[in-house]
Amino acid sequence: MDLRLENIGHSYGDMEVMQGMDLEIPAGKIVCIVGPSGCGKSTLLRLIGGLEQPTTGRVLQIGEPPVESLNPLTFVFQDFALLPWRTVEGNISLVLEDHGIRGKQADAIISGVLARTKLTEFRKALPKQLSGGMKQRVAISRALAVNPAVMLMDEPLSALDSQTRELLMDDLVSLWTREPFTAVYVTHNLHEAVRLGHFIVVLSRRPGRIREVVAVDKPLAERELGDVDLEQTQKYLWNLMREEALAADKELINV
Amino acid sequence: MSDSVQAKQTKSVAFRGGGFSPIHIKWVGLSVFVTLILVLEAGTRSGFISNLTMPRPSDVGWTFVELWTSGLLWKHVLPSVSRLLVGATLGASLGIGVGILIGLFSYIRAGLVPLISAIFPVPKIALLPLFVIWFGIDETSKYALIAFGTFTPTVVSTFGAVDNVDRSLIRMGQSFSLSWFSIVTKIVLPGAMPGILSGLRVSLAIAIILLVAAEMLGAEYGIGAYILQAGSLYDLERLFAGVVILSVMGVTVSAVIGFFEKRLLGWRS
Ligand SMILES: Nc1ncnc2c1ncn2[C@@H]1O[C@H](COP(=O)(O)OP(=O)(O)O)[C@@H](O)[C@H]1O
Ligand SMILES: [Mg+2]
Repeated sequence: MDLRLENIGHSYGDMEVMQGMDLEIPAGKIVCIVGPSGCGKSTLLRLIGGLEQPTTGRVLQIGEPPVESLNPLTFVFQDFALLPWRTVEGNISLVLEDHGIRGKQADAIISGVLARTKLTEFRKALPKQLSGGMKQRVAISRALAVNPAVMLMDEPLSALDSQTRELLMDDLVSLWTREPFTAVYVTHNLHEAVRLGHFIVVLSRRPGRIREVVAVDKPLAERELGDVDLEQTQKYLWNLMREEALAADKELINV
Repeated sequence: MSDSVQAKQTKSVAFRGGGFSPIHIKWVGLSVFVTLILVLEAGTRSGFISNLTMPRPSDVGWTFVELWTSGLLWKHVLPSVSRLLVGATLGASLGIGVGILIGLFSYIRAGLVPLISAIFPVPKIALLPLFVIWFGIDETSKYALIAFGTFTPTVVSTFGAVDNVDRSLIRMGQSFSLSWFSIVTKIVLPGAMPGILSGLRVSLAIAIILLVAAEMLGAEYGIGAYILQAGSLYDLERLFAGVVILSVMGVTVSAVIGFFEKRLLGWRS
């Protein structure tokens, strides 16, 4: 299933957050969205995921999601959004219960996704016992449990320290390599973008518009920390963003 | 700067952190009680505190023994406990129900919150005559008074607790297409539980106050009636015995809620 954004624009009251966005999200690819803070990245993701309605334009699904997909558009949030009163297992079964998946069938799915995210021993743990990185892995396994057609990830690694972030990026790359998934990955971190993105969409400051879409052709599994060509891409992206970021910063002061 | 290092004084950096985080300390509460009672006992025995102003704690103790042996203790305590149970259960469960509805539905909120604010500050004791007219002089009017008094604070704390549930968790539920019912039962209610339970601490203390008030205005047995009789005879020993029973009830209620908090809210960090 592909997604297509057609002329998406959105306003909160008088404030125009974004305008005229056209974008293709092809199946099996990770599309990273970068841009200065406040340019509407999170809003765009909520629009794509149907949590909010765009003021203009529309988001189209092209083709049917796979039949085994329980929740085609699935979010991974920056703050993990785990229920603190449920164990790791309970947090995953939460999203299966409404589909009538319980007992043995649920057990099998939960064991599968926990194995994929290397969390098997923590099945009975409560969120308060887990580190930030592990909480986000739980949230990723919860997303995987519903077989998403597209994963919508809003700065999923931003709340984590940089070492944990590297480790989780490796995890995401190996998850994708074993079984390619489609994702829209919002970040303000250009390093994450060049590590994980097949396409990197650079947004302008508010009102957000697409400035450029940069394709990174190198296969995910071959990208490494300190790759020269990746660093060049990152530098190129930074030059694109620099003035926008500066201007966005000033704007906040003037408000 | 470095050449004079040896000449300079060295001392460790003064500690100025710590505090502001309640920790559980055992026995201190109990020893405050014990000390207070010992001081009173010593004071009344030595004559420093006149017997007219304060009863001797040991005399209050003897009153208890009398109450116990005559069987009057249970005759007074049991009706009170059952009034409290019925009234508070009614009021608290209705209050939690209405509070949740207010928290969930904007129309119900718009309609009921002004009404609740209007009746909250009315001293419910003032309405006892009204309840007597509506429900008769017997138990029902006492249940109604206690229930009504428990209801309003419970409603207010419950809808506050629902309002305070982390919106990002609700958004998460919606993003996984959970049904409205699942979101309410699996996210909103457990998330509101801490606020509901701490609200109950207040409402149930109010219930005990109203219990005594109801029993003072027309009851043969019950702690309120017992205290009223003692008070009208200026029998301080019996008055204090009654007060001690009330305090024990308050501590028990608080312990029961503490038990539920431990059981239900162990997930809090
Ligand atoms: N629910 C909302 N109501 C009003 N304004 C909002 C809302 N959500 C976001 N905004 C505003 O829209 C702009 C874009 O926000 P957001 O999408 O969160 O930006 P980003 O994720 O790129 O930092 C910000 O200026 C923010 O204040
Ligand atoms: Mg954001």
